[in-house]
Amino acid sequence: MVASRAIGSLSRFPACRILRSRGYICRNFTGSSALLTRTHINYGVKGDVAVIRINSPNSKVNTLNKELHSEFMEVMNEIWASDKIRSAVLISSKPGCFIAGADINMLAACKTPQEVTQISQDAQKTFEKLEKSTKPIVAAINGSCLGGGLELAISCQYRIATKDRKTVLGAPEVLLGILPGAGGTQRLPKMVGVPAAFDMMLTGRNIRADRAKKMGLVDQLVEPLGPGLKPPEERTIEYLEEVAVTFAKGLADKKISPKRDKGLVEKLTAYAMTIPFVRQQIYKKVEEKVRKQTKGLYPAPLKIIDVVKTGIEQGNIAGYLSESQKFGELAMTKESKALMGLYHGQVLCKKNKFGAPQKDVKHLAILGAGLMGAGIAQVSVDKGLKTILKDAAITGLGRGQQQVFKGLNDKVKKKALTSFERDAIFSNLTGQLDYQGFEKADMVIEAVFEDLTLKHKVLKEVEAVIPDHCVFASNTSALPICEIASVSKRPEKVIGMHYFSPVDKMQLLEIITTEKTSKDTTASAVAVGLKQGKVIIVVKDGPGFYTTRCLAPMMSEVIRILQEGVDPKKLDSLTTSFGFPVGAATLVDEVGVDVAKHVAEDLGKTFGERFAGGSLELLQQMVSKGFLGRKSGKGFYIYQEGVKDKNLNSDMDSIFASLKVPPKSEVSSDEDIQYRLVTRFVNESVMCLQEGILATPAEGDIGAVFGLGFPPCLGGPFRFLDLYGAQKIVDRLRRYEDAYGKQFTPCQLLIDHANSPNKKFYQ
Amino acid sequence: MTTILTCTLKNLPSTSKWALRFPVRLLSCSSQLRAAPAGQTKSKKTLAKPNVRNIVVVDGVRTPFLQSGTSYKDLMPHDLARAALTGLLHQTSVPKEVVDYIIFGTVIQEVKTSNVAREAALGAGFSDKTPAHTVTMACISANQAMTTGVGLIASGQCDVIVAGGVELMSDVPIRHSRKMRKMMLDLNKAKTLGQRLSLISKFRLNFLSPELPAVAEFSTSETMGHSADRLAAAFAVSRLEQDEYALRSHSLAKKAQDEGLLSDVIPFKVPGKDTVTKDNGIRPSSLEQMAKLKPAFIKPYGTVTAANSSFLTDGASAMLIMAEEKALAMGYKPKAYLRDFVYVSQDPKDQLLLGPTYATPKVLEKAGLTMNDIDAYEFHEAFSGQILANFKAMDSDWFAQNYMGRKTKVGTPPLEKFNNWGGSLSLGHPFGATGCRLVMAAANRLRKEGGQYGLVAACAAGGQGHAMIVEAYSK
Repeated sequence: MVASRAIGSLSRFPACRILRSRGYICRNFTGSSALLTRTHINYGVKGDVAVIRINSPNSKVNTLNKELHSEFMEVMNEIWASDKIRSAVLISSKPGCFIAGADINMLAACKTPQEVTQISQDAQKTFEKLEKSTKPIVAAINGSCLGGGLELAISCQYRIATKDRKTVLGAPEVLLGILPGAGGTQRLPKMVGVPAAFDMMLTGRNIRADRAKKMGLVDQLVEPLGPGLKPPEERTIEYLEEVAVTFAKGLADKKISPKRDKGLVEKLTAYAMTIPFVRQQIYKKVEEKVRKQTKGLYPAPLKIIDVVKTGIEQGNIAGYLSESQKFGELAMTKESKALMGLYHGQVLCKKNKFGAPQKDVKHLAILGAGLMGAGIAQVSVDKGLKTILKDAAITGLGRGQQQVFKGLNDKVKKKALTSFERDAIFSNLTGQLDYQGFEKADMVIEAVFEDLTLKHKVLKEVEAVIPDHCVFASNTSALPICEIASVSKRPEKVIGMHYFSPVDKMQLLEIITTEKTSKDTTASAVAVGLKQGKVIIVVKDGPGFYTTRCLAPMMSEVIRILQEGVDPKKLDSLTTSFGFPVGAATLVDEVGVDVAKHVAEDLGKTFGERFAGGSLELLQQMVSKGFLGRKSGKGFYIYQEGVKDKNLNSDMDSIFASLKVPPKSEVSSDEDIQYRLVTRFVNESVMCLQEGILATPAEGDIGAVFGLGFPPCLGGPFRFLDLYGAQKIVDRLRRYEDAYGKQFTPCQLLIDHANSPNKKFYQ
Repeated sequence: MTTILTCTLKNLPSTSKWALRFPVRLLSCSSQLRAAPAGQTKSKKTLAKPNVRNIVVVDGVRTPFLQSGTSYKDLMPHDLARAALTGLLHQTSVPKEVVDYIIFGTVIQEVKTSNVAREAALGAGFSDKTPAHTVTMACISANQAMTTGVGLIASGQCDVIVAGGVELMSDVPIRHSRKMRKMMLDLNKAKTLGQRLSLISKFRLNFLSPELPAVAEFSTSETMGHSADRLAAAFAVSRLEQDEYALRSHSLAKKAQDEGLLSDVIPFKVPGKDTVTKDNGIRPSSLEQMAKLKPAFIKPYGTVTAANSSFLTDGASAMLIMAEEKALAMGYKPKAYLRDFVYVSQDPKDQLLLGPTYATPKVLEKAGLTMNDIDAYEFHEAFSGQILANFKAMDSDWFAQNYMGRKTKVGTPPLEKFNNWGGSLSLGHPFGATGCRLVMAAANRLRKEGGQYGLVAACAAGGQGHAMIVEAYSK
């Protein structure tokens, strides 16, 4: 799951945030002559301190692009030239955003690595000038300070940040398959130490202001203010500016030293880093870890290590050169294009294209307090939704309530919540066995057992008690929604909301609409999903919808491969080394063997031979022996509490033996096994687009990567086809078709793409 | 509250004599000064209501308020409370059998005397037939004690009430850690040596780390001083304004003390020590000296310092409250009526100390009065920054419209009617006892200065607040 989590943190990109942009009026200008109108940047002078305010027009965030860059240089040159100005404060006028990073489109527009390298070198030069400025510059940070924004901030002499939840610092470039290309790889290690700098640049994690202060990334914290004579956000920025101005004055007067007192541990680390042997060991260790986690599929992390190393071992000039060159190279890689594509896709899937629903969902009811139901409750209560969790039995309900509490309490342990906030959030949850309060529900999500008769029963019961406007959503992974809706009095209010387990970790939500589902119902479901923090794809109803339908043929192939004598461990390593976060055999165990069997039977009936391959018998025998996967302690592996390295379940040997089929040597190399799995997946995805289950390829990619763990470095099935060529995949499919038959027959849309190489899913 | 634990006044230079020569400065925000036209008639002659009993304060006393860790440091809270109670008995000569009920406020409870009202009353020579209970509502605990008494009288349950409050910050309960407590309790239950040994084997050194009384707001984990500093910043109250206000408080308190206006203070012979006769926290300094102090909470650029905050205080107060007819029948000449009161509460994070802003207009509306009718304001001064932030909030249409649901601003109290005999910043602030001091100051000021209505207001931890109208007794 590592890769999918790493990608997961993309969601924290500020572009996805909903920010309130308020008109901010700049006051207290004394030198009004300095008030030239520029598009992105304004500056005024307070005493002898220049206050530079960044505010890109028509955008919720500030991004570093060429215009902003040149305006900034203009302003800085004026400031450096002025006798009246002795120091400067750099601040954003947008609440919630300092600078969110460099403009991705600026990189995407480049055709050659040299162009990208040039961008990097220009930025490096600017930031070097800042670093060497004799007039101290204070970066006053409120909101996200990421990527190029962070690199700009650490080039300044002093940093002051608001201790707000929205204020985060980070170097997320690695998540886009690139590296900090404006001196970040060189400055960060010096500022926070090599280990912490590696951690920041290799994970791309966001660092909250208080932690940034401890690390030495910022020098002072400013508390966010409540309401006073102005709205809180507005006054907080003003206050931050006031504080920053006093510090800028202090720095210019040499009353404040920009140097920070280092703690003992820091001093020791710094000392240790002066020993070449220690440094070599650190590089080695970090590199090993990265290789192990990325399986060599992601080039960016290794290049980051390389560039940092060059800077430390060979000096700044070599470091900057290496940084800009590697930056150029990385920006041209397929991996980077795939990851940036995912980023764009994610931004897209974080919007409600169905508009605002007529009625906001405030009261939610969930049926079934199982893993899923409780998971949905957990991601709802902490967003302020009043949530009823209903189950049929008190023990099941208690388990579900405990799951929600534990999820919140884990956040307390990580200091993401206070215990008081946890309690206040938990009081949004009502656990009950009856339908009391359903008359107020705006939406009911059922997460009962996957059985059509049972779903029909609860649908009828619920419809008897809910108000007219209430949406009924079914959390099912395979049952067609129209069949569930067939007993409804108001099918326009019935929709599918397919969550992925564990709900609090998996970002995807697949929303399924039937022919009859109204647009407002869809808008309402998307709004709730967005509130829950999900990335949402909306697909049409059909057996297995999109995600389950793509997974099923791949799972069928997994079974055949196992039958052919590949042991589960080997299969797992083949799939993970291809870039899947979880091995294929482990995935079956995690999903649950009974669920897999259920789905395979259902879809097998509908789609016939195309979904065949492995023998269903294998799953049936496993279920009859009670090998249901992780939840029963045994599946392909044996699961024990507290044991990290799981062992193979030796009782499976007899099942494998009884169902063994001879492997076909011409399509059984390691690579062929990987591609047999992937091509069936990709072929089915394209078929979903062909049949109109999917509306756009972007949603297909997001669904595959965030819901099913399709390798993020490939960007999803459609991006994969675009980047690697549809013809190659069709060729492989044809070869496997010769060996196994219809299951590998490429679909028409895929053949069309192979036949005309200019045709792309992403134009 | 306890947060002030961290900021003591020891940084302040001891009283410099020449500081007295400093004129009392008016705050820089002169717009706040709106002198009421002389001879103006009140919009209401009295707040007496038909069919509602009039409730009067016969008299009230308090021990001198001392900085914690000084003369009271070896006492227990009930000792201080007892001193106030005996003082009240002495002052009013009320026959002890007449008292129907005793209520005390306190904040940091001494676990041995959790119902400190009862322990103190028994020791003070009240009848053992008089029930007593203790209330807690942070800095407005004594206000709650008084209004609880008012309720008992108004509803006809009682005729004579003693209300008061006590706080002893020289000693606070410091507990064993939860782990240690658990082990000790389990040990108590262990039956065999084996069980005991196995429990003891689980002992770890960190069990011994003590648990101090919370210095932070429970819901937000923020100390009060920190919140006050943020509040001051939100309302753009400068450090100089805060220091000026603190200096005003100390100067006025010193003047009142020297002129003998603080008549509710009774001498207290502390066992084993000299008799304490006056408050010891009043220390007028100079703006220059105050400017030298470093911020106490938001370092290094905050504005709240030890000099412009109230300090940790030991002290107790008590007050005799009666139904008017009962007081008259017993031959007393009451000092004041207790009239309408309100409690308010708001966001404990960003508006922790704005209680007076919310409570003032509410109580005025309830009583049918306007700001112009008030002759004596007695606000609790937790921090200079808090008082000034409240002033600015009351003076802001924007704040009134966006946060208070009002069309227009409340208006600020005229400074010449405001805390004229000092306040919590200078006199001290024993959390549980301040409420009675505020009411007695208002009552005594009305008698001395000749006004009719006083307004008492205070903020409290938890984002709560209180205000009450005190009417001078004219007959």
